[in-house]
Amino acid sequence: MKFKVIVTAALAVALGVGTAFATGTKEEREAIMKKVGGGMGQLAAIAKGEKPYDADAVKTALTAISENARLFPDQFPAGSENASPASSPKIWENMDDFKARAEKLAGDADALLAQLPADQAGVGAAMKTIGANCGACHQNYRIKTD
Amino acid sequence: MAGKTGRILLSLAALAVIGAAGMFYITLPSPLPPEHWAGQGEPDIANGERVFWAGGCVSCHAAPGSEGNARLILAGGLALKSPFGTFNVPNVSPDETAGIGGWTLAEFGNAMTRGVGKKGEHLYPSFPYNSYARMTPKDINDLFGFIKTLPKSGNVAPPHDLPFPFNQRIALGGWKLLFFGDGPRAPLSATGDQVKRGQYLVEGPGHCGECHTPRNALGGFEADAWLAGAPNPEGEGRIPNITPGSKSMGAWSEADIVNYLETGFTPEFDSVGGSMVEVQANMAKLPAEDRAAIAAYLKAIPAR
Repeated sequence: MKFKVIVTAALAVALGVGTAFATGTKEEREAIMKKVGGGMGQLAAIAKGEKPYDADAVKTALTAISENARLFPDQFPAGSENASPASSPKIWENMDDFKARAEKLAGDADALLAQLPADQAGVGAAMKTIGANCGACHQNYRIKTD
Repeated sequence: MAGKTGRILLSLAALAVIGAAGMFYITLPSPLPPEHWAGQGEPDIANGERVFWAGGCVSCHAAPGSEGNARLILAGGLALKSPFGTFNVPNVSPDETAGIGGWTLAEFGNAMTRGVGKKGEHLYPSFPYNSYARMTPKDINDLFGFIKTLPKSGNVAPPHDLPFPFNQRIALGGWKLLFFGDGPRAPLSATGDQVKRGQYLVEGPGHCGECHTPRNALGGFEADAWLAGAPNPEGEGRIPNITPGSKSMGAWSEADIVNYLETGFTPEFDSVGGSMVEVQANMAKLPAEDRAAIAAYLKAIPAR
Protein backbone atom coordinates (compact mmCIF):
# COMPACT_ATOMS: atom_id res chain seq x y z
CA MET A 1 0.00 0.00 0.00
CA LYS A 2 2.76 2.38 1.05
CA PHE A 3 4.73 1.31 -2.01
CA LYS A 4 1.78 2.17 -4.24
CA VAL A 5 1.53 5.63 -2.75
CA ILE A 6 5.24 6.24 -3.28
CA VAL A 7 5.10 5.07 -6.88
CA THR A 8 2.02 7.18 -7.57
CA ALA A 9 3.66 10.23 -6.01
CA ALA A 10 6.86 9.64 -7.98
CA LEU A 11 4.89 9.25 -11.20
CA ALA A 12 2.94 12.40 -10.49
CA VAL A 13 6.14 14.34 -9.88
CA ALA A 14 7.72 12.90 -13.03
CA LEU A 15 4.68 13.73 -15.13
CA GLY A 16 4.41 17.16 -13.56
CA VAL A 17 8.02 17.93 -14.35
CA GLY A 18 7.55 16.50 -17.81
CA THR A 19 4.70 18.83 -18.70
CA ALA A 20 6.31 21.87 -17.10
CA PHE A 21 9.58 21.29 -18.89
CA ALA A 22 9.51 23.21 -22.13
CA THR A 23 12.02 22.73 -24.90
CA GLY A 24 11.74 26.28 -26.16
CA THR A 25 11.08 25.85 -29.85
CA LYS A 26 10.06 28.55 -32.28
CA GLU A 27 6.73 26.76 -32.85
CA GLU A 28 5.87 26.62 -29.13
CA ARG A 29 6.66 30.30 -28.68
CA GLU A 30 4.56 31.28 -31.68
CA ALA A 31 1.65 29.06 -30.67
CA ILE A 32 1.48 30.69 -27.23
CA MET A 33 1.76 34.21 -28.61
CA LYS A 34 -0.98 33.43 -31.16
CA LYS A 35 -3.27 32.48 -28.26
CA VAL A 36 -2.54 35.82 -26.58
CA GLY A 37 -3.18 37.55 -29.92
CA GLY A 38 -6.38 35.52 -30.32
CA GLY A 39 -7.60 36.83 -26.96
CA MET A 40 -6.82 40.37 -28.07
CA GLY A 41 -8.73 39.76 -31.29
CA GLN A 42 -11.84 38.66 -29.37
CA LEU A 43 -11.66 41.77 -27.19
CA ALA A 44 -11.11 44.00 -30.23
CA ALA A 45 -14.18 42.63 -32.01
CA ILE A 46 -16.29 43.69 -29.03
CA ALA A 47 -14.48 47.00 -28.52
CA LYS A 48 -15.06 47.91 -32.18
CA GLY A 49 -18.69 46.83 -32.05
CA GLU A 50 -18.24 44.04 -34.60
CA LYS A 51 -19.61 41.63 -31.99
CA PRO A 52 -22.06 42.35 -29.18
CA TYR A 53 -20.77 42.56 -25.62
CA ASP A 54 -20.66 39.08 -24.10
CA ALA A 55 -19.31 38.63 -20.56
CA ASP A 56 -18.37 35.00 -21.17
CA ALA A 57 -16.40 35.85 -24.29
CA VAL A 58 -14.54 38.60 -22.41
CA LYS A 59 -13.77 36.15 -19.59
CA THR A 60 -12.50 33.52 -22.04
CA ALA A 61 -10.30 36.03 -23.82
CA LEU A 62 -8.77 37.47 -20.64
CA THR A 63 -8.20 33.97 -19.25
CA ALA A 64 -6.40 32.92 -22.43
CA ILE A 65 -4.18 36.01 -22.22
CA SER A 66 -3.39 35.47 -18.52
CA GLU A 67 -2.65 31.74 -18.78
CA ASN A 68 -0.55 31.98 -21.91
CA ALA A 69 1.38 35.01 -20.66
CA ARG A 70 2.42 32.94 -17.62
CA LEU A 71 3.46 30.01 -19.84
CA PHE A 72 5.49 32.18 -22.18
CA PRO A 73 8.80 32.75 -20.29
CA ASP A 74 9.18 28.97 -19.82
CA GLN A 75 9.70 28.71 -23.57
CA PHE A 76 13.10 30.38 -23.27
CA PRO A 77 15.26 27.91 -21.28
CA ALA A 78 19.05 28.21 -21.34
CA GLY A 79 20.34 26.60 -24.51
CA SER A 80 17.41 27.72 -26.67
CA GLU A 81 19.01 31.06 -27.60
CA ASN A 82 19.11 30.20 -31.31
CA ALA A 83 15.73 28.51 -31.62
CA SER A 84 14.08 31.49 -33.34
CA PRO A 85 15.48 34.50 -35.22
CA ALA A 86 12.62 36.57 -33.78
CA SER A 87 13.82 36.09 -30.19
CA SER A 88 16.39 38.71 -29.20
CA PRO A 89 19.52 37.64 -27.25
CA LYS A 90 18.50 40.41 -24.84
CA ILE A 91 15.87 38.00 -23.43
CA TRP A 92 18.57 35.83 -21.87
CA GLU A 93 20.65 38.85 -20.86
CA ASN A 94 17.65 40.32 -18.99
CA MET A 95 15.70 37.19 -18.03
CA ASP A 96 14.36 38.70 -14.80
CA ASP A 97 12.95 41.70 -16.64
CA PHE A 98 11.56 39.47 -19.38
CA LYS A 99 9.78 37.30 -16.82
CA ALA A 100 8.53 40.35 -14.92
CA ARG A 101 6.99 41.75 -18.12
CA ALA A 102 5.16 38.48 -18.83
CA GLU A 103 3.95 38.41 -15.21
CA LYS A 104 2.74 42.01 -15.51
CA LEU A 105 0.71 41.13 -18.60
CA ALA A 106 -0.80 38.13 -16.77
CA GLY A 107 -1.45 40.30 -13.70
CA ASP A 108 -3.18 43.00 -15.76
CA ALA A 109 -5.44 40.33 -17.29
CA ASP A 110 -6.13 38.86 -13.82
CA ALA A 111 -7.10 42.28 -12.45
CA LEU A 112 -9.55 42.71 -15.31
CA LEU A 113 -10.97 39.23 -14.68
CA ALA A 114 -11.53 40.18 -11.03
CA GLN A 115 -13.38 43.30 -12.14
CA LEU A 116 -14.78 42.30 -15.50
CA PRO A 117 -15.30 45.09 -18.06
CA ALA A 118 -19.06 45.54 -18.14
CA ASP A 119 -19.69 46.99 -21.60
CA GLN A 120 -18.21 47.82 -24.98
CA ALA A 121 -16.38 50.92 -23.69
CA GLY A 122 -14.99 48.95 -20.76
CA VAL A 123 -13.58 46.34 -23.13
CA GLY A 124 -11.98 49.14 -25.17
CA ALA A 125 -10.27 50.49 -22.05
CA ALA A 126 -9.20 46.96 -21.08
CA MET A 127 -7.58 46.52 -24.51
CA LYS A 128 -5.50 49.64 -23.96
CA THR A 129 -4.32 48.36 -20.56
CA ILE A 130 -3.43 44.94 -21.95
CA GLY A 131 -2.09 46.28 -25.24
CA ALA A 132 0.47 48.55 -23.59
CA ASN A 133 2.28 45.39 -22.45
CA CYS A 134 2.70 44.07 -26.01
CA GLY A 135 4.75 46.94 -27.40
CA ALA A 136 6.66 47.49 -24.16
CA CYS A 137 8.04 43.95 -24.31
CA HIS A 138 8.38 43.62 -28.09
CA GLN A 139 10.37 46.85 -28.26
CA ASN A 140 13.33 45.18 -26.56
CA TYR A 141 12.87 41.49 -27.05
CA ARG A 142 11.25 40.71 -30.38
CA ILE A 143 13.24 40.99 -33.62
CA LYS A 144 11.48 41.73 -36.88
CA THR A 145 12.59 39.21 -39.45
CA ASP A 146 10.97 40.24 -42.72
CA MET B 1 60.09 68.67 -76.31
CA ALA B 2 60.74 69.11 -72.64
CA GLY B 3 58.98 72.43 -72.92
CA LYS B 4 55.93 70.81 -74.49
CA THR B 5 55.71 68.13 -71.76
CA GLY B 6 56.08 70.84 -69.19
CA ARG B 7 53.24 72.83 -70.74
CA ILE B 8 50.99 69.76 -70.82
CA LEU B 9 51.78 68.95 -67.20
CA LEU B 10 51.15 72.55 -66.26
CA SER B 11 47.83 72.53 -68.07
CA LEU B 12 46.83 69.28 -66.37
CA ALA B 13 47.83 70.67 -62.99
CA ALA B 14 45.83 73.81 -63.67
CA LEU B 15 42.82 71.72 -64.67
CA ALA B 16 43.16 69.66 -61.51
CA VAL B 17 43.25 72.82 -59.41
CA ILE B 18 40.23 74.23 -61.22
CA GLY B 19 38.44 70.89 -60.83
CA ALA B 20 39.25 70.68 -57.14
CA ALA B 21 38.19 74.29 -56.63
CA GLY B 22 34.98 73.57 -58.53
CA MET B 23 34.30 70.47 -56.44
CA PHE B 24 35.09 72.43 -53.31
CA TYR B 25 32.73 75.17 -54.38
CA ILE B 26 29.79 72.98 -55.36
CA THR B 27 30.11 70.90 -52.20
CA LEU B 28 30.09 73.87 -49.82
CA PRO B 29 27.23 73.95 -47.31
CA SER B 30 24.35 75.79 -49.00
CA PRO B 31 21.79 77.29 -46.65
CA LEU B 32 18.63 78.74 -48.14
CA PRO B 33 18.52 82.53 -48.69
CA PRO B 34 17.23 84.56 -45.72
CA GLU B 35 14.02 85.45 -47.67
CA HIS B 36 12.99 81.79 -47.51
CA TRP B 37 12.62 82.03 -43.73
CA ALA B 38 11.35 85.62 -43.55
CA GLY B 39 7.79 86.75 -42.83
CA GLN B 40 6.63 83.55 -41.12
CA GLY B 41 5.14 85.47 -38.23
CA GLU B 42 3.95 83.95 -34.96
CA PRO B 43 4.15 80.15 -34.96
CA ASP B 44 0.99 78.04 -34.70
CA ILE B 45 1.97 75.99 -31.65
CA ALA B 46 -0.78 73.37 -32.11
CA ASN B 47 0.37 72.67 -35.66
CA GLY B 48 3.96 72.67 -34.36
CA GLU B 49 3.06 69.86 -31.98
CA ARG B 50 1.45 67.91 -34.83
CA VAL B 51 4.65 68.30 -36.88
CA PHE B 52 6.67 67.33 -33.79
CA TRP B 53 4.92 63.95 -33.48
CA ALA B 54 4.97 63.36 -37.23
CA GLY B 55 8.73 63.99 -37.16
CA GLY B 56 9.37 61.63 -34.26
CA CYS B 57 11.86 64.05 -32.65
CA VAL B 58 11.64 62.36 -29.23
CA SER B 59 12.64 58.95 -30.58
CA CYS B 60 16.22 60.14 -30.96
CA HIS B 61 16.48 63.37 -28.98
CA ALA B 62 14.88 62.36 -25.64
CA ALA B 63 17.39 61.21 -23.03
CA PRO B 64 17.89 57.43 -23.39
CA GLY B 65 15.63 55.46 -21.08
CA SER B 66 13.41 58.40 -20.14
CA GLU B 67 9.67 57.77 -19.92
CA GLY B 68 6.41 59.68 -19.88
CA ASN B 69 6.62 63.47 -19.85
CA ALA B 70 10.41 63.28 -19.39
CA ARG B 71 10.57 62.33 -23.07
CA LEU B 72 9.66 65.91 -23.91
CA ILE B 73 13.07 67.02 -22.58
CA LEU B 74 15.12 66.87 -25.79
CA ALA B 75 18.40 66.45 -23.91
CA GLY B 76 20.09 64.20 -26.46
CA GLY B 77 22.77 61.68 -25.51
CA LEU B 78 21.49 58.62 -27.35
CA ALA B 79 24.33 56.78 -29.13
CA LEU B 80 23.24 55.76 -32.64
CA LYS B 81 25.43 52.96 -33.92
CA SER B 82 25.91 52.73 -37.68
CA PRO B 83 28.28 51.13 -40.18
CA PHE B 84 30.09 54.49 -40.35
CA GLY B 85 30.67 54.89 -36.60
CA THR B 86 28.65 56.11 -33.61
CA PHE B 87 26.57 59.26 -33.82
CA ASN B 88 25.83 60.91 -30.47
CA VAL B 89 22.48 62.66 -30.67
CA PRO B 90 22.73 66.35 -29.66
CA ASN B 91 20.65 68.37 -27.20
CA VAL B 92 17.91 70.23 -29.12
CA SER B 93 16.03 71.47 -26.06
CA PRO B 94 15.42 75.24 -25.93
CA ASP B 95 18.38 75.77 -23.54
CA GLU B 96 20.25 78.86 -24.80
CA THR B 97 23.74 77.36 -24.51
CA ALA B 98 23.44 73.55 -24.43
CA GLY B 99 20.46 73.38 -26.81
CA ILE B 100 19.00 75.41 -29.67
CA GLY B 101 17.30 78.17 -27.65
CA GLY B 102 19.73 80.73 -29.06
CA TRP B 103 19.17 79.76 -32.69
CA THR B 104 17.30 81.86 -35.23
CA LEU B 105 14.50 80.40 -37.34
CA ALA B 106 16.83 80.49 -40.37
CA GLU B 107 19.51 78.55 -38.49
CA PHE B 108 16.97 75.97 -37.32
CA GLY B 109 15.39 75.76 -40.77
CA ASN B 110 18.71 75.34 -42.56
CA ALA B 111 19.67 72.54 -40.18
CA MET B 112 16.32 70.83 -40.75
CA THR B 113 16.04 71.20 -44.51
CA ARG B 114 19.61 71.74 -45.77
CA GLY B 115 21.74 69.82 -43.26
CA VAL B 116 23.69 72.97 -42.37
CA GLY B 117 24.59 73.61 -38.71
CA LYS B 118 24.67 76.89 -36.79
CA LYS B 119 28.35 77.44 -37.64
CA GLY B 120 27.66 76.85 -41.33
CA GLU B 121 29.04 73.30 -41.20
CA HIS B 122 27.66 70.21 -42.96
CA LEU B 123 25.57 68.00 -40.67
CA TYR B 124 25.68 64.22 -40.86
CA PRO B 125 22.66 62.61 -42.56
CA SER B 126 22.06 60.46 -39.46
CA PHE B 127 19.94 63.55 -38.78
CA PRO B 128 17.32 62.94 -41.48
CA TYR B 129 17.48 66.31 -43.26
CA ASN B 130 17.41 64.42 -46.54
CA SER B 131 13.74 63.78 -45.67
CA TYR B 132 13.01 67.01 -43.75
CA ALA B 133 14.14 68.92 -46.88
CA ARG B 134 10.54 68.55 -48.09
CA MET B 135 9.05 70.41 -45.13
CA THR B 136 7.35 73.77 -45.67
CA PRO B 137 8.79 76.90 -44.00
CA LYS B 138 5.47 77.20 -42.14
CA ASP B 139 5.78 73.73 -40.59
CA ILE B 140 9.42 74.48 -39.69
CA ASN B 141 8.40 77.76 -38.03
CA ASP B 142 5.55 76.10 -36.13
CA LEU B 143 7.77 73.19 -35.04
CA PHE B 144 10.45 75.59 -33.81
CA GLY B 145 7.78 77.46 -31.89
CA PHE B 146 6.54 74.25 -30.26
CA ILE B 147 10.06 73.05 -29.34
CA LYS B 148 10.62 76.40 -27.58
CA THR B 149 7.68 75.58 -25.25
CA LEU B 150 9.42 72.38 -24.04
CA PRO B 151 11.66 72.12 -20.94
CA LYS B 152 15.34 73.10 -21.17
CA SER B 153 18.21 70.73 -20.51
CA GLY B 154 21.85 71.62 -19.82
CA ASN B 155 23.09 68.24 -21.03
CA VAL B 156 26.01 68.32 -23.48
CA ALA B 157 26.27 65.17 -25.60
CA PRO B 158 29.74 63.96 -26.59
CA PRO B 159 30.88 64.58 -30.19
CA HIS B 160 30.28 61.88 -32.81
CA ASP B 161 32.71 58.98 -32.64
CA LEU B 162 33.59 58.31 -36.26
CA PRO B 163 36.74 56.84 -37.84
CA PHE B 164 38.56 58.47 -40.78
CA PRO B 165 37.37 59.28 -43.44
CA PHE B 166 33.85 59.63 -42.01
CA ASN B 167 35.04 62.20 -39.48
CA GLN B 168 35.78 64.66 -42.32
CA ARG B 169 32.71 66.87 -42.52
CA ILE B 170 33.89 68.39 -45.80
CA ALA B 171 33.27 65.02 -47.46
CA LEU B 172 29.57 65.37 -46.62
CA GLY B 173 29.37 67.93 -49.41
CA GLY B 174 30.12 65.12 -51.82
CA TRP B 175 27.51 62.93 -50.14
CA LYS B 176 24.93 65.66 -50.55
CA LEU B 177 25.93 66.17 -54.18
CA LEU B 178 25.27 62.49 -54.82
CA PHE B 179 22.21 61.85 -52.66
CA PHE B 180 20.61 65.00 -51.28
CA GLY B 181 17.38 66.24 -52.83
CA ASP B 182 13.83 67.28 -52.10
CA GLY B 183 12.06 65.73 -55.09
CA PRO B 184 9.41 62.97 -55.00
CA ARG B 185 10.79 59.55 -54.01
CA ALA B 186 8.61 57.39 -56.23
CA PRO B 187 5.89 57.66 -58.86
CA LEU B 188 2.38 57.46 -57.41
CA SER B 189 -0.54 55.49 -58.85
CA ALA B 190 -3.07 57.93 -57.40
CA THR B 191 -3.47 61.67 -57.13
CA GLY B 192 -5.54 63.89 -54.90
CA ASP B 193 -5.04 65.83 -51.71
CA GLN B 194 -5.08 62.82 -49.37
CA VAL B 195 -2.31 60.96 -51.19
CA LYS B 196 -0.31 64.19 -51.46
CA ARG B 197 -0.67 64.77 -47.71
CA GLY B 198 0.51 61.18 -47.15
CA GLN B 199 3.46 61.76 -49.48
CA TYR B 200 4.42 64.88 -47.52
CA LEU B 201 4.18 63.05 -44.18
CA VAL B 202 6.00 59.88 -45.25
CA GLU B 203 8.72 61.41 -47.45
CA GLY B 204 9.11 64.56 -45.34
CA PRO B 205 8.68 64.86 -41.57
CA GLY B 206 7.87 61.17 -41.00
CA HIS B 207 11.20 60.20 -42.64
CA CYS B 208 9.96 56.60 -43.01
CA GLY B 209 12.40 55.87 -45.84
CA GLU B 210 15.41 56.44 -43.60
CA CYS B 211 14.91 52.97 -42.13
CA HIS B 212 12.54 51.26 -44.59
CA THR B 213 14.60 51.90 -47.76
CA PRO B 214 17.82 49.96 -48.44
CA ARG B 215 21.07 51.93 -48.83
CA ASN B 216 24.16 51.52 -50.98
CA ALA B 217 27.74 51.34 -49.64
CA LEU B 218 27.94 55.13 -49.38
CA GLY B 219 24.72 55.43 -47.42
CA GLY B 220 22.52 56.72 -50.25
CA PHE B 221 19.13 55.19 -51.00
CA GLU B 222 19.19 52.39 -53.57
CA ALA B 223 17.34 53.22 -56.77
CA ASP B 224 13.87 51.71 -57.37
CA ALA B 225 13.65 50.30 -53.87
CA TRP B 226 11.69 53.02 -52.06
CA LEU B 227 10.34 51.58 -48.76
CA ALA B 228 11.24 48.08 -49.96
CA GLY B 229 12.72 47.01 -46.62
CA ALA B 230 16.31 46.97 -45.41
CA PRO B 231 18.64 45.43 -42.84
CA ASN B 232 18.08 46.82 -39.36
CA PRO B 233 20.73 49.56 -38.90
CA GLU B 234 20.77 48.76 -35.18
CA GLY B 235 21.87 45.20 -35.85
CA GLU B 236 19.54 42.22 -35.79
CA GLY B 237 16.67 41.45 -38.08
CA ARG B 238 15.14 43.46 -40.90
CA ILE B 239 13.09 46.61 -41.26
CA PRO B 240 10.11 45.38 -43.29
CA ASN B 241 9.05 46.18 -46.81
CA ILE B 242 5.99 48.47 -46.54
CA THR B 243 5.14 48.76 -50.24
CA PRO B 244 2.06 47.04 -51.74
CA GLY B 245 4.43 44.17 -52.67
CA SER B 246 5.30 43.41 -49.04
CA LYS B 247 4.97 39.79 -47.95
CA SER B 248 4.01 40.83 -44.43
CA MET B 249 1.61 43.72 -45.09
CA GLY B 250 1.05 44.08 -48.84
CA ALA B 251 -2.36 42.44 -48.43
CA TRP B 252 -3.49 44.80 -45.67
CA SER B 253 -6.32 47.20 -46.47
CA GLU B 254 -5.93 50.92 -45.91
CA ALA B 255 -8.10 50.48 -42.80
CA ASP B 256 -5.66 47.82 -41.53
CA ILE B 257 -2.74 50.23 -41.95
CA VAL B 258 -4.65 53.01 -40.21
CA ASN B 259 -5.53 50.66 -37.34
CA TYR B 260 -1.90 49.52 -37.02
CA LEU B 261 -0.66 53.12 -36.81
CA GLU B 262 -3.33 53.94 -34.25
CA THR B 263 -3.24 50.84 -32.01
CA GLY B 264 -0.01 49.00 -32.81
CA PHE B 265 -1.86 45.83 -33.78
CA THR B 266 -1.68 43.98 -37.09
CA PRO B 267 -4.90 42.45 -38.50
CA GLU B 268 -3.78 39.12 -36.94
CA PHE B 269 -3.29 40.82 -33.56
CA ASP B 270 0.41 40.49 -33.69
CA SER B 271 1.85 43.69 -32.28
CA VAL B 272 4.38 46.30 -33.26
CA GLY B 273 7.98 45.62 -32.15
CA GLY B 274 11.50 47.03 -32.06
CA SER B 275 12.07 50.68 -32.89
CA MET B 276 8.61 50.84 -34.56
CA VAL B 277 7.02 50.73 -31.08
CA GLU B 278 8.07 54.30 -30.50
CA VAL B 279 7.24 55.39 -34.05
CA GLN B 280 3.73 53.95 -33.70
CA ALA B 281 3.26 55.74 -30.37
CA ASN B 282 4.14 58.99 -32.20
CA MET B 283 1.79 58.19 -35.11
CA ALA B 284 -1.03 57.53 -32.63
CA LYS B 285 -0.77 61.18 -31.54
CA LEU B 286 -1.53 62.49 -35.05
CA PRO B 287 -5.04 63.42 -36.16
CA ALA B 288 -6.88 60.48 -37.73
CA GLU B 289 -6.83 62.17 -41.14
CA ASP B 290 -3.01 62.06 -41.16
CA ARG B 291 -2.93 58.30 -40.49
CA ALA B 292 -5.47 57.82 -43.29
CA ALA B 293 -3.28 59.92 -45.61
CA ILE B 294 -0.21 57.80 -44.81
CA ALA B 295 -2.19 54.63 -45.56
CA ALA B 296 -3.46 56.04 -48.86
CA TYR B 297 0.08 56.96 -49.87
CA LEU B 298 1.50 53.52 -48.96
CA LYS B 299 -1.09 51.97 -51.28
CA ALA B 300 -0.12 54.35 -54.12
CA ILE B 301 3.64 53.69 -54.25
CA PRO B 302 5.16 51.04 -56.57
CA ALA B 303 5.08 47.45 -55.25
CA ARG B 304 8.58 46.13 -54.56
